[in-house]
Amino acid sequence: MKARRQAPPSIQRARWGRNLAASPALSRGLPGGRGWKTGSKQKRGGARGPVMEENPDPGEERQPCSVSVVLQGDGALQVEISDAVSERDKVKFTVHTKSCLPHFSQTEFSVVRQHEEFIWLHDAYTDNEDYAGIIIPPAPPKPDFEASREKLQRLGEGDSSVTREEFAKMKQELEGEYLAIFKKTVAMHEVFLQRLATHPTLRRDHNLYVFLEYGQDLSVRGKNKKELFGGFIRNIVKSADEALITGVSGLKEVDEFFEHERTFLLEYHTRIRDACLRADRVMRSHKCLAEDYIPISAALSSLGTQEVHQLKTSFLKLAELFERLRKLEGRVASDEDLKLSDMLHYYMRDAQAAKDLLYRRLRALVDYENANKALDKARMRNREVRAAETHQQLCCRRFEHLSDSAKHELMDFKARRGSAFRKNLIELAELELKHAKASTLLLRNTLIALKGEP
Amino acid sequence: MAAEREPPPLGDGKQADFEELEDGEDLFTSTVSTLESSPSSPEPASLPAEDLSTNSNGPKPAEIILDDDREDLFAEATEEVSLDSPEREPILSPEPSPAITPITPTTLMAPRIESKSMSAPVIFDRSRDEIEEEANGDVFDIEIGVSDPEKVGDGMNAYMAYRVTTKTSLSMFNKNEFSVKRRFSDFLGLHSKLATKYLHVGYIVPPAPEKSIVGMTKVKVGKEDSSSTEFVEKRRAALERYLQRTVKHPTLLQDPDLRQFLESSELPRAVNTQALSGAGILRMVNKAADAVNKMTIKMNESDAWFEEKQQQFENLDQQLRKLHASVEALVCHRKELSANTAAFAKSAAMLGNSEDHTALSRALSQLAEVEEKIDQLHQEQAFADFYVFSELLSDYIRLIAAVKGVFDHRMKCWQKWDDAQITLQKKREAEAKMMLANKPDKIQQAKNEIREKERVKDFKTVIIKYLESLVQTQQQLIKYWEAFLPEAKAIA
Repeated sequence: MKARRQAPPSIQRARWGRNLAASPALSRGLPGGRGWKTGSKQKRGGARGPVMEENPDPGEERQPCSVSVVLQGDGALQVEISDAVSERDKVKFTVHTKSCLPHFSQTEFSVVRQHEEFIWLHDAYTDNEDYAGIIIPPAPPKPDFEASREKLQRLGEGDSSVTREEFAKMKQELEGEYLAIFKKTVAMHEVFLQRLATHPTLRRDHNLYVFLEYGQDLSVRGKNKKELFGGFIRNIVKSADEALITGVSGLKEVDEFFEHERTFLLEYHTRIRDACLRADRVMRSHKCLAEDYIPISAALSSLGTQEVHQLKTSFLKLAELFERLRKLEGRVASDEDLKLSDMLHYYMRDAQAAKDLLYRRLRALVDYENANKALDKARMRNREVRAAETHQQLCCRRFEHLSDSAKHELMDFKARRGSAFRKNLIELAELELKHAKASTLLLRNTLIALKGEP
Repeated sequence: MAAEREPPPLGDGKQADFEELEDGEDLFTSTVSTLESSPSSPEPASLPAEDLSTNSNGPKPAEIILDDDREDLFAEATEEVSLDSPEREPILSPEPSPAITPITPTTLMAPRIESKSMSAPVIFDRSRDEIEEEANGDVFDIEIGVSDPEKVGDGMNAYMAYRVTTKTSLSMFNKNEFSVKRRFSDFLGLHSKLATKYLHVGYIVPPAPEKSIVGMTKVKVGKEDSSSTEFVEKRRAALERYLQRTVKHPTLLQDPDLRQFLESSELPRAVNTQALSGAGILRMVNKAADAVNKMTIKMNESDAWFEEKQQQFENLDQQLRKLHASVEALVCHRKELSANTAAFAKSAAMLGNSEDHTALSRALSQLAEVEEKIDQLHQEQAFADFYVFSELLSDYIRLIAAVKGVFDHRMKCWQKWDDAQITLQKKREAEAKMMLANKPDKIQQAKNEIREKERVKDFKTVIIKYLESLVQTQQQLIKYWEAFLPEAKAIA
């Protein structure tokens, strides 16, 4: 099929397959029953996050990546990414929808979408004034295989000091990494859609329907210069908003709740971003550590084949031990990545979305205040009072509506955060325990074997 | 000479290593003679007169045949040196314990010993294996510890003094427990003395830790940072291992220099170990000359055993170096991991602080604590990795370098032998004959020096220790995460 540039022949096309039919649905919390597949056991009843089923790797018992979102839905609109194909540097997602809503012409259909189209959808939401009071689910990050690709290339260029087995192992590692990144990006995109689909207000957007159903390419080109510039301007505006939100402009916040939320979110966002970076670093060191075991194991096994007597079996056993330890460490690293890093990343983006909500609200407040002032002025001058009044009332209503919705959303955000963290931390702890126990067992066995020998 | 021998205190025959052999050629007489003593009685006092009759319990009488064809003997010897030889005879177990009298190894024995000596060490080797199999203990009963590094003096003249503590029950020492203060150049001096005495006869003198000008300067200048403390710790551990290895070697143990080193409170400054001294420069010149020499000597390797062994050691050296490099990378990454985990712990703590959701906040702080503890754990593990595993490997690499040194010496001997041969052909003098005799004995010793068993045991114990440390780490990890789990579950 389409080959990836510079890819080793084994990875030309990675697929994200979904077995639509059989597997035991996880969906105890989701009425309607189908749609989410699970590969792992879920501990909580009630609404639970979607879990990916992975293309089963025979030797590995990798935990499926679980994105830290807990959704409630009424099943009227179910969306999932049933397939994904990576070609060159693009990923094509197959979005599968099942719905009994009248808007759609069929009850079940699929379209192929690319990352840019997801971004388009996201922007459509953020630009829409109607949704100003809602935390828009953060856009999925662009699929980034750059790092992985570089590594593969470097490996391919070859290092003569590396033996064939080592090379094979490293290649395997890298392929695993590539696959993991691939899975993650699919998960991110899926969660984005699912949050949209389950949100009572957002799901009713026309753009969403277009996105889900329109068979042709949405011809969303990548942003051209003008739009990029526009985005740049928007960022500037945003930083003005930041000033606003940090109270520099002297705007008085009357509502205690929002005052609290504001300070909280600001701080939280910076700290979670910090934590993200550091968690990433931990994960990377862990991976390096796991990879270090490869040459050790190789050297030990070559020592073992060389030796002629007792040490031989010891060496070979040690080589095996390190090989297995490597796999375990690798799994610890990837689990940490999934449960901790990913979660932190997602909530960082979500926190950013919440902050955006607050900006919008504050802007509405500013508008409201301005409208008040305008009204006063108009009353003073006794001109265009009616217009000013209506305007002011509009602003007021808008502001209040926004505030209500924002309050609701923020509390929801908190609850969502709590449960997602809970779930992931529990899973993280359990996985770490599992791996530590497995390592201990492995080490103990090897110790026994070593000691037992003369 | 055998008469000088007194029954050693530890006369249970367990440590009947080839120390006999190594104690100079003259030992061969007594050694061979003990072969005749009754197999079951370990009584060393019953050293019979030097009866070199070949009714030794050698399983292969053929090897005792006085044979001028050394090649053949070597060939047979080669077989028997293999530790898996099925012909291990338990009869050979009762060897007398180490001779107490220090014997200068340079005493050349008359050539008559040659042929017998060929077989004897071989048999010894096997028997030694068995003895070691039976009694796994180190019956030397001498423990050496190097501790308490302290800085003495100031500025560039400062040095670190280490306390060398010896606990022993060997009677050759005056007391049972004593300790002295030594500095690094003292160790180097000891090593050079031992080397000059024994190396050219074919022993493998355990290599001393290397001099590190940079490291020492840092310490001298008084930089109190972690790298200098690490350096001191590394050095201390290396010195300890060095002494322990030296002491394990029975011949070296007898050496008066070693005894003096361990016992006497004052030691003459070993000035010629200084890097920039005259002796140092001389050494460098010698090294260069040796290197050139190596390239020019084209030794016709007539001894298959040596060739094989040399090849083996070459390979082994390469492998060990690779392994060492990988382990160093491992240590480095683990340290990185621990640093990163610490950083993450801090930011998780801060996150927990700012978190609104109270239960979540608590859980996050707990997570931070767990991560911090894990970081400590990783640090300790890194140390274990390093000190236990990596240092062992570097020791072995150096040991191999020492073995290579022996090989080189052998080459030199061969060269001399070659010359002697020529001289012999030309002159046929007694002197030439003596030189001729030199080589085979040395070769023999060199062979026996390749103490596979020692290495096996040593390596194994260290590996076991390392693995146990890994197990510890994992168990701690389990404990921490188990403690964290209920907290996580408690998030409302």
